[in-house]
Amino acid sequence: MSRRLLTGNAAAAWAARLARVDYIPAFPITPQTEIIESLANWIDNGEMAGRLVTLESEHSMLTAAGAAAATGVRVYSATSSQGLLYGMEMLYNVAGWRTPFVLTNVSRGLSAPITLEADHNDILAARDSGCLQIHCATCQEVLDSTLMAYRLAEDERVRLPVIVNMDGFYLSFTREPVLIPAASDVDAFLPPFDPENIAFRASAPASQAVAVLGGSPYSYFRYEMHLAAMQALEVYEEIATKFAEKFGRRHDAVEAYHCEDAEIVLVMMGSFATKARAAVDQLRAAGQAVGLLRPRLLRPFPAAHLQRLLAGKQGVVVIDQNLSMGKGGVLHAELASVLYGRKDAPPILTSFIGGLGGRDITAEEFFEMVKVTREAVASGNTPPPRLLYNRDELREVHKLQAIAHVEREELGKGGDKP
Amino acid sequence: MTDETTSAFRRMKDLPSTHLLGTGTPMCSGCGGLQALHEIYDILGEKTVFVNAAGCMTLLSVYPFTPFRGSWLYTAMASAPAGAQGVRDALDILLEKKRIPPEDDLDVVVLTGDGSAYGMGLSATSGAMERDLDFLYICYDNEGYGNTGQQYSGATPHAAKTATSKGAHGFAGYKKDLFSIWAAHKPAYVATVIGSEPLDLARKIEKAKSMKGPRMIIALAPCPPGWDYDPKDSVEIGKLAVKSGVWPLKEYVDGEVVHTKLPHPRIPIEEYLQKQGRFAHLFTPRRDEALLAQLQAKVDAYWEGIE
Ligand SMILES: Cc1ncc(C[n+]2csc(CCOP(=O)(O)OP(=O)(O)O)c2C)c(N)n1
Ligand code: SF4
Repeated sequence: MSRRLLTGNAAAAWAARLARVDYIPAFPITPQTEIIESLANWIDNGEMAGRLVTLESEHSMLTAAGAAAATGVRVYSATSSQGLLYGMEMLYNVAGWRTPFVLTNVSRGLSAPITLEADHNDILAARDSGCLQIHCATCQEVLDSTLMAYRLAEDERVRLPVIVNMDGFYLSFTREPVLIPAASDVDAFLPPFDPENIAFRASAPASQAVAVLGGSPYSYFRYEMHLAAMQALEVYEEIATKFAEKFGRRHDAVEAYHCEDAEIVLVMMGSFATKARAAVDQLRAAGQAVGLLRPRLLRPFPAAHLQRLLAGKQGVVVIDQNLSMGKGGVLHAELASVLYGRKDAPPILTSFIGGLGGRDITAEEFFEMVKVTREAVASGNTPPPRLLYNRDELREVHKLQAIAHVEREELGKGGDKP
Repeated sequence: MTDETTSAFRRMKDLPSTHLLGTGTPMCSGCGGLQALHEIYDILGEKTVFVNAAGCMTLLSVYPFTPFRGSWLYTAMASAPAGAQGVRDALDILLEKKRIPPEDDLDVVVLTGDGSAYGMGLSATSGAMERDLDFLYICYDNEGYGNTGQQYSGATPHAAKTATSKGAHGFAGYKKDLFSIWAAHKPAYVATVIGSEPLDLARKIEKAKSMKGPRMIIALAPCPPGWDYDPKDSVEIGKLAVKSGVWPLKEYVDGEVVHTKLPHPRIPIEEYLQKQGRFAHLFTPRRDEALLAQLQAKVDAYWEGIE
């Protein structure tokens, strides 16, 4: 074991190296590139035995990933944002093929307008693909979750691809102290991938992903996938326990912070939850009974955990770093669906959208969200969903628009622009 | 000419007399693509894994049946060559690490229609050739998106009527020259074949099988519903395509293109066209002399200097 300062990207690369992946199909996209470049360097230097192939697109990259996993090797890949969307058709396919591999997604907002900065609309677009999702908040978690993801993906009860998500820039390029486990310990935790029933061999011909006709076999296979994904919750718990025994760090499906005695609970995913944690500390210091829940798994959705952890609370603040146009926050909708109709469900569930395209969420905003939720608890009226956005920001945009307007006017007057 | 002297297939009677590919598939009767695939599979043998893209042939394997004795992987319309990359690389890794014995190796074969090959899948194919992938690509070219009802594709010939080019003059564009596009990548092998010329086809597949690297095959695939003719005429239409010079049988090896069958004397192209409903507007209600002359001129121009 060694302790080093690693970016989230480097932590992901280290995990793939420790997992002794055989095959890495790749395609570059900011902010994921450092992962693939690190792996390429190690392979070039002979420090790692895998084979890296750069494909001509993410669509092809994911096809190659699934096809290689279906042939029986351990596969790793990484992407982000537009890349994940470009490969979306294949995400559904490779999950349907029931091929286990691990894909890191470095979250980044989606076009248009084009941005390089983080939010969760990319990864949430993959929500229904059949790929499981783990969301990380620290660089250590990126490394640990990736190792756990291989066990989860390859477990015979699951056999589905797993996407490990981290926030672009906030984690991908932030250096944190990370414990890199000894290779021998990882080997003991993660045995080699040796699929018995799936693989293409001359001696044992196989057909994969064949057509079905009529809804009956289709429903059967889709439902099997659903059951496997549901089963993955229990399998995940086992893996989390094994991981904790081996490495002394436990990563639950839902991370709970000061929740037991909390009246108001914040719920959010990813690295911004560390800001929420700091806000909870400050509010606690001021005597407020506030807690934080951070789902690490989004698929399978840890419904029972959330129901239990939120039972009897006065109010819940859901902070979504995504926006489903015409609806609102995805996590809010997910949470509402598992709390609805339960006698012990918190009566107030407020919704805030923030952190889009890398926009920060300040401590004051966390305080404000809690305040608004407390007022809703007192009045019994849930306020409408709100976008975290302030007057200064709006003024800034108006300024940009004014500049654009002036430019256009000048152009109209035959200015010096072409 | 293909190596008639060294080939195991010197005469028609040398061709396999039974088929490896099972019967009872849901292809249309008279499917020229299936005919070519039968012949190709007989030469390739069962130590193959077919990597397929969306198209008619996707329905060959319908759960829980398959007519293949070897393996099969359906991918999607745009990325079958990338699927081949994944399978080939994985097999190589497994062989290298001695996790499978050499006898368990497979020939990786991409099987797609022209819609995929000429269009949506072209960048994936280009990538696979550029990476020097060791695979065989078979495109059965029925000159349209067959599975969705014969809409125009990048392979549709000028003036053909399709489901999306039904006007008085048919399709306004021209068939893409995929052979040249592929050859420009300098792969190990490119060849055109057709099921109605089984000896030429067998020799080319035999040759392709003996090579390494990207090996590309385009099989013109007469398609009764898409081209609008009686299924019993498939073989004849295939022969007319070759005799009229519309479908040149050729191969590219080591930077050179060689024609393996010279249509001599070449018959007029209209003998090929008038057999198919998709070209009926060239003949009725009156002959479109200008268009016929234009089509003939294009074929003549191709053969100029070759014959
Ligand atoms: C991404 C995508 N777009 C469209 C389709 C619908 N589709 C299925 S088969 C097909 C036609 C394919 O044509 P071609 O490659 O020529 O094969 P053929 O059907 O002629 O065998 C199309 C358009 C699809 N499966 N996937
Ligand atoms: S539509 Fe054409 S290519 Fe497709 S199965 Fe029928 S005959 Fe064959």
